Amino acid sequence: MRLRVIPDNTSFDFFKRWKVWLGISGLMIVLALVSFGVRGLNYGIDFRGGTTIRTQSTEAVDVGAYRDALGALGLGDVVISEVFDPSFGPDQNVAMVRIQAQDEAEAVTPETISAVEAALQGVSPDIEFVSVESVGPKVSGELVWTAVEAVVLSIAAVLVYIWLRFEWQFALGAVLALVHDVILTIGVFSELQMKFDLTTIAALLTIVGYSLNDTVVVFDRVRENLIKYKKTDLKEVLNLSINETLSRTFMTSFTTLLALFALFALGGDVIRGFVFAMIWGVFVGTYSSVFVASSILLWLGVKRDWSKPEAEAEAKKNGSSV
Amino acid sequence: MLQIDLWKRLTIWALVIVGLALASPNLFYNKVESHNDAVAAIEKSGATPEREAAAASWPSWLPSGLVNLGLDLRGGAHLLAEVKVADVYASRLEALWPDVRDILRPERETVGTIRLQPSPAGELRVRISNPDGMARALELVRGLARPVTSLTGAGSNDLQVAGQGDEIVVTLSEAEKQATDERTMQQSLEIIRRRIDEVGTREPTIQRQGNDRILIQVPGIGSAAELKDIIGTTAQLTFQPVVSRTTNADTTPGTGNELLPAMNEEGAFYVLEQAPVVTGEELTDSQPSFDQNGRPAVTFRFNPSGARKFGDYTAANIGSPFAIVLDDEVISAPVIQSHIPGGSGIITGNFTVEESTNLAVLLRAGALPAGLDFLEERTIGPELGQDSIDAGKLATGVAFVAVLGFMWASYGLFGIFANVALIINIGLIFGLLSLIGATLTLPGIAGIVLTVGMAVDANVLIFERIREELKTARGPARAIELGYEKALSAIVDANITTIITAIILYVMGSGPVRGFAITLGLGIVTSVFTAIFVTRLLIAMWFERRRPKTIEV
Repeated sequence: MRLRVIPDNTSFDFFKRWKVWLGISGLMIVLALVSFGVRGLNYGIDFRGGTTIRTQSTEAVDVGAYRDALGALGLGDVVISEVFDPSFGPDQNVAMVRIQAQDEAEAVTPETISAVEAALQGVSPDIEFVSVESVGPKVSGELVWTAVEAVVLSIAAVLVYIWLRFEWQFALGAVLALVHDVILTIGVFSELQMKFDLTTIAALLTIVGYSLNDTVVVFDRVRENLIKYKKTDLKEVLNLSINETLSRTFMTSFTTLLALFALFALGGDVIRGFVFAMIWGVFVGTYSSVFVASSILLWLGVKRDWSKPEAEAEAKKNGSSV
Repeated sequence: MLQIDLWKRLTIWALVIVGLALASPNLFYNKVESHNDAVAAIEKSGATPEREAAAASWPSWLPSGLVNLGLDLRGGAHLLAEVKVADVYASRLEALWPDVRDILRPERETVGTIRLQPSPAGELRVRISNPDGMARALELVRGLARPVTSLTGAGSNDLQVAGQGDEIVVTLSEAEKQATDERTMQQSLEIIRRRIDEVGTREPTIQRQGNDRILIQVPGIGSAAELKDIIGTTAQLTFQPVVSRTTNADTTPGTGNELLPAMNEEGAFYVLEQAPVVTGEELTDSQPSFDQNGRPAVTFRFNPSGARKFGDYTAANIGSPFAIVLDDEVISAPVIQSHIPGGSGIITGNFTVEESTNLAVLLRAGALPAGLDFLEERTIGPELGQDSIDAGKLATGVAFVAVLGFMWASYGLFGIFANVALIINIGLIFGLLSLIGATLTLPGIAGIVLTVGMAVDANVLIFERIREELKTARGPARAIELGYEKALSAIVDANITTIITAIILYVMGSGPVRGFAITLGLGIVTSVFTAIFVTRLLIAMWFERRRPKTIEV
């Protein structure tokens, strides 16, 4: 007996309300942008400079006492949060202390770090500093730009690739779906005020890759069916293609999610934010490849005359390039 | 389609076996690591029984490449330093003043008196009292310029000389600045590398980044502050003649002299002649040692020119004291007992063994040519790294089992083929990581877990396609054939786009992000390989043996 979550030969009508789906996605994008504008992202030190110290002690973390001890040092904005994780032992009490970049310093000041460490040792004598990370404002500014460049560049590269392999409508559909995913992910991070740092950018780019993977598989089938059913309505062809690939879409998303949830639950708190972003990305990426990318394709329309000699030749080449 | 040539089969199996063999040392990580360390140690400083034993613990004919663990997994320190390259311009120009003076002095008739003016950074300003002689003065000073010796700066001179009123302004040309920066960076890298090597830690990364930055990553070191102490300390050693000794901190040293405190005697000061007899730059070697009373000391040896100067000076000044000065503190001021030829000697002070070791290291490595600004520093404790490894292992294991189970439940026998391919896939990722000596980071582990999830995608695409083809095609063999054929373009497109993002991540990213890009990229390559070749071969082998009339996917 085989496990079949998606039955064979489905014929859902995905495009009955395609304008509604696009509208919902548009609304979500607006909400994400508003959240980003109003709340802003909770940038980690990678992007705004400063120091984070991860502490570990056998006695319970007293955030108030930590704050009092550090407040006396006059370091400006200090954020202290206790970290919980099921993998911690009974005597393992972990907190994260984040200190803003100090005004006068272009680089990192070791004095600040040792002052903070001394102050915390005053509160909890057996405290250990399991990780200390400082980024100067100069580097963090550059990292922001590099990150933005990386995201834009990868989307642009993908645009060009799909344009070459398919038609421009496909490329535009795929890229708008990616932009949709990126904006919604940023929206979630700003709404939940989760830490947004370099690894989040890595997650974002993976989402881009994943969502694209999904979109391309659907598009590949659309292209094939467009050649096969020359007279059928575009909407029908899209519907058929999505239905035909639905089982695969589900299988891949599900196995990826299985792996990601294992990592989310057991991978430790250090990468939990990163994994969260990817889980979210699998959901929006799967959604967007069906409802955004394909809807845009329907909206833009697509060249139907694939029987031109060059198109035929290309189709043949693709089919037989095994 | 299902007929696969023998040579292809052999190639596929050979690749799989090589990949798995390369990955195998990682299963015995600690053993292989101690083997590798021992081999390196024997090569560097000779064999000892323990090292021989450690080296023999892993057979030398087996592959011994390991995946390097990143700082976030092993613990250690990371620093990003910016070299203040402009520092060097100033000292270059300062050093030019005596030459300018000497070349203008014989022409006093035309240029008048020459005086050094207070100069802003990056300029040397010299005033001449007779502005009419400016043309001649500029001509002479320009004569000091030398062609720039670098590839890019070929054809230009190192100095730019201009007249402003009665002042001569000398600056370094752009080409010379570039060439100087290049030299400064090379020197800094070399010195930092030597200092870190002296401490003897495993696989430090010391890399130049961009024009004026150096990335330093040292696994296993306690903290970034410790690392900064090792690389940041500039040891300036000089040997200077002693004028007098005093306990008065306000003593006026007089022209050409300076007043420096003694390192080990509270309240004692020495008046020294400013010009050193010999400097630490002429040292060729320095080692920790013990003096005749068994106290820790540091021996040193000069190069030939340093040795000659030191020999001449000691011969001429028997009976008078001279000072050994380290970073503007007098370590000791012994009286010269006899002529010291040969250029070697010993520094004694109230050192501990550790201090004498560090001093020897500092003397050997020399001074950094320019100061460092630390832009970024990260310390990760080894416990945190171990926790992350444990969590990563557990998560990967669970993810693995879940995906294997799900694939089996969904595709039956074909799912098992895919699972075998997935296991081989993970092996191949580790094999490739070991082969290229890549570094595994925590996001890198996440990349592997993600690969576990996504690697089945290519197989899923194929299997789903086979299912579809089974409905229409003539017989199972044809369906399998068509399934592979038609799924290929989707697999290729989907994976090329992902690999594009992995490459961009690798190029633009740094540190942990790069580690993620590597495992993601390698994972794509191996998963496509295993899906297209390995599972197909497995299916073909099964099919040939069983010749089933119908198949269920």
